[in-house]
Amino acid sequence: MNRLRAWFLAPSWAVMLLLFLAPLAIICAYSFETRGAYGGISLPWTTESYQRLADPIYLAILWRSFWIAGLATLLCLLFGFPLALFISRSAERKNLYLSLVILPFWTSFLVRTYAWMFLLRDTGLINTLLQKLGLIHDPLPLLYNDGAVVLGLVYSYLPFVVLPLYATIERLDPNLLEAAADLGARPLATLTRVVLPLTAPGIRAGAILTFIPCLGAYLTPDLLGGGKSVMIGNLIQNQFTSARDWPFGSAISLALMAIVMALLMLFARRDPEGLV
Amino acid sequence: MKRTGVALSIYALAAYLFLHLPLLILSIFSFNQSRFTVWEGFSLRWYAAALHDSQLTEAASNSLIIAIFATAAATIIGTLAAYGLWKRSSPALSGSLYLSLVTPEIVTGISLLAFYQWIFRFLRVQLGMHTVILAHVSFSIAFVVIVVLARLRSMDRQLEEAALDLGANEWQAFRHVTLPVIRPGVVAAALLAFTVSFDDYVITSLVAGVNSETLPMVIYAIARRGANPVLNAISAMIVIGFGALILISERLRAR
Repeated sequence: MNRLRAWFLAPSWAVMLLLFLAPLAIICAYSFETRGAYGGISLPWTTESYQRLADPIYLAILWRSFWIAGLATLLCLLFGFPLALFISRSAERKNLYLSLVILPFWTSFLVRTYAWMFLLRDTGLINTLLQKLGLIHDPLPLLYNDGAVVLGLVYSYLPFVVLPLYATIERLDPNLLEAAADLGARPLATLTRVVLPLTAPGIRAGAILTFIPCLGAYLTPDLLGGGKSVMIGNLIQNQFTSARDWPFGSAISLALMAIVMALLMLFARRDPEGLV
Repeated sequence: MKRTGVALSIYALAAYLFLHLPLLILSIFSFNQSRFTVWEGFSLRWYAAALHDSQLTEAASNSLIIAIFATAAATIIGTLAAYGLWKRSSPALSGSLYLSLVTPEIVTGISLLAFYQWIFRFLRVQLGMHTVILAHVSFSIAFVVIVVLARLRSMDRQLEEAALDLGANEWQAFRHVTLPVIRPGVVAAALLAFTVSFDDYVITSLVAGVNSETLPMVIYAIARRGANPVLNAISAMIVIGFGALILISERLRAR
């Protein structure tokens, strides 16, 4: 078997080594080099790019990204939990309700983000409606701000929270809830002292599945935040395009990777059924 | 208890509206006669405009070609890998696949761009369709492996052992016993690979050349410029196209 297995794994090893790990190794090397005169890479080796990460301007962007991703994750959990509860309690159409949550995830990410631009912009549907109704005179600045970015992230990543939450709520023994009620617990006490502790693994999984892509988000802050709402992803892109500072862009990328991996090691329990 | 049930249902309705209304409204307004966000009557003019725009149709055909080649390669490579990993786990390979899945797209994109630029010092090639296809193969393999591996794990290992006992060699057991059983999973994986490839903007825009502009790149450029009803029509067509793909995949999964 071992020979055949080796042949079966060889193509994916080749692709991973050549088109994923080697590129990462290259930006790792670039991050220690110096920016060339025309934007390229040149020697000498230096850790200057990493030292620049400590600059208050960049720390502020890092902090903003954490803040926006954290807020989006929190809102996803808050909005996702009751929805997961609803799906697990519905007797018959469970699969339909579940598919309705997953469905938008299968539609184009770009189109879904654009849909919010269509709704939120100055001449968009919401502002047009409010003006027609005479509720406002000038359009509200709904698009191109942090609020729009958080909204877009919540909209995009809500399914990532609902699925793991649903999976843990589903495993919850209904007898435990009855026991709590029989013993005199009010619904709120049942929620905080029975349901939440027992669904903690789902909450943790949902939080990490949402926080990581939100932290590295590029398209949502770019389109819904306009030029104003810069997150780490936009900073990296900028270093490789207009700023033409590849060593610094590489250093930020690796810092972001390090944060993502640290978060995974801290919070993601190894799932025996998962890929790893 | 009854009252919380009603409240929960109302909440769920609101949540589903939040999830689905934006695309629904966008699709409805794609049929609007007016160029503004005021309903003035039914019209297909934006669809006609989209289909007659050569930049759009060319980008759509590029996207289709890229997605077809990338899906074919990623599905074959990923299915073989899933089978190999199912036989015996390989922490190093699943670790790198997992890493490729959690790496922010922008990081994957710029590292591939840096890699290509470095390679081009030695080879006389340029960015183009081929660089995009290779990038797409690389990021869709992990998706294929996850879907196919899930299917393999629900399969009875004894089926293959029986085939081997009955005199099949390893390749025959895979080809005639395992592969037919996991086929729905493989098709579902291919559809997922196709959608992630067709939809990708961040990585593609970084590694595409002058003649390999994809549909998401054109959509992005139009969205950046602001209001354009043609974009509503394109969006509606993409939503319907993706919807059809999901229906097919659900049918296959249910079988």
